[in-house]
Amino acid sequence: MKRLTVEEMLAFNKYVVDDEANHITLNRELCAACQNKACVYVCPAGLYTLKDGEINFDDAGCLECGTCRVICPQAISWQYPRGSFGVIYRYG
Amino acid sequence: MAEDKFTAIVVGAGPAGSTAAYLLAREGLDVLLIEKGDTPGSKNMFGGRMYSYALNRIMPDFWEEAPLERPVAREIITLMDDEKSVSVTYRDENWLHPPYHSWVLLRADFDAWLASKAEEAGALLACNILVDDVVWDGDRIVGIQAGDDQLLADVVICADGANSLLTEKAGLRNRLLPHQVATGFKQVIELPPETINQRFQLNGSEGVAQLFAGSCTRGMQGGGFLYTNKNSISLGLVIKSSDLQHNQYYPAELLEDFKAHPTIAPLVADGREAEYSAHLVPEAGLEMAPRLFGSGILAAGDAAGFVINLGYLVRGMDLAIASGEAAARTVIQARTNNDFSAEGLSIYQQFLQETAVLTAMETYRQAPRFLDNRRLYEVYPALATGLLSRMFTVDETSPVHLMTKALNELKKNEMGLTRLIGDAWKGGRSL
Repeated sequence: MKRLTVEEMLAFNKYVVDDEANHITLNRELCAACQNKACVYVCPAGLYTLKDGEINFDDAGCLECGTCRVICPQAISWQYPRGSFGVIYRYG
Repeated sequence: MAEDKFTAIVVGAGPAGSTAAYLLAREGLDVLLIEKGDTPGSKNMFGGRMYSYALNRIMPDFWEEAPLERPVAREIITLMDDEKSVSVTYRDENWLHPPYHSWVLLRADFDAWLASKAEEAGALLACNILVDDVVWDGDRIVGIQAGDDQLLADVVICADGANSLLTEKAGLRNRLLPHQVATGFKQVIELPPETINQRFQLNGSEGVAQLFAGSCTRGMQGGGFLYTNKNSISLGLVIKSSDLQHNQYYPAELLEDFKAHPTIAPLVADGREAEYSAHLVPEAGLEMAPRLFGSGILAAGDAAGFVINLGYLVRGMDLAIASGEAAARTVIQARTNNDFSAEGLSIYQQFLQETAVLTAMETYRQAPRFLDNRRLYEVYPALATGLLSRMFTVDETSPVHLMTKALNELKKNEMGLTRLIGDAWKGGRSL
């Protein structure tokens, strides 16, 4: 089978994107000072990427697992999306 | 004012919450079941299998109407390195008759069905509502806050899953720590049922549950899983979150590597990927259990940390359902006594014992510590595949006896016999 990129994997899913509110926000100062940037390697959705040494992030595509919240309570402020928004699993 | 108050508000329409709501509504109590998803199940995922006994106790013969995929007929445990794999397979005909031992299922359908049973019994189901916080009156919890709305109840049942923000806000637990949880992620891959039956040697509606350990997690604590649905395969990995944190692998790439492994590739070939999902798994057992009750509040299911992972067996949904039952019995008792204080709800402990949730958690208390051993994910799979390779490989070199092969393999993996026996001893006593 064709090897999939994480973007292709996310494209199978159904989402209702919240254009008005982000459910995950970052403290950019702490992120800039962070050495490990482990968020890049723990997110199953690959939403944390490195761009010129800085964290590039968008919560659209989030699978709402909460792993980033657990590994980085310092810089990541994490809520569930507002009711009716976010991922909608059709299989689960 | 009293008319506006529910006896119980259940937060989360997963197996724990819907079971509790169903049993409370059946007793004629006013129950509000709140779900943040569009429909119950739409935010949930798991590996794939539910042990039947817990639900069968509450809804006898549930399989006659529940949306299920396949009853498990075969268990397979596979140890793998990059080229080789060793499998143990177990088949049991008894599991294919009532009371079917376990079922492969998909959560979107199943959770929606279970919540509909609670609704039929008289619970009020409210979807698309995110509960932001609990409402306090002094040191007692008296309801929940959702947006601008406050809803009051004698008791709030937190059944909001592994990543339970509500148990934290209610002061039942501290933040989850990376070594207490694992991250599970999977693809659902569609295939025709006949193809699935041929590839897995299954008749009719029979199913397979397969767990993997070894190179699929690159030495990190965790493993792979494969479950056969009717028209699809659930394939995924579960890896301790602190191990993902301290290594530099990408979960999605690990899953694609796993899918391409020579043992897996022919099983999923020509399939059509239909969904990619992820979830936290509370894996630290009783060590991470929150306070299970407080004044006006109970925690059940994943939110209470009720998961048992033994490496060769994973339990979550049965414990969620059984703890939902225990929570409902607690509320019914508390209402009879008109005492929803922490003391009045403390009987939850006893009901959790009676439903065998806490007894199971207690039996396997040491399992998380035993499984926190890199040798299980790196050395033993390599040892097993290496030994079998020496047994089955014939070439021009002078052969040696089996014992020598075994000892050579131990040496190659830098393993002493004492350490091997020590791990076996500890495993035998903790799993």
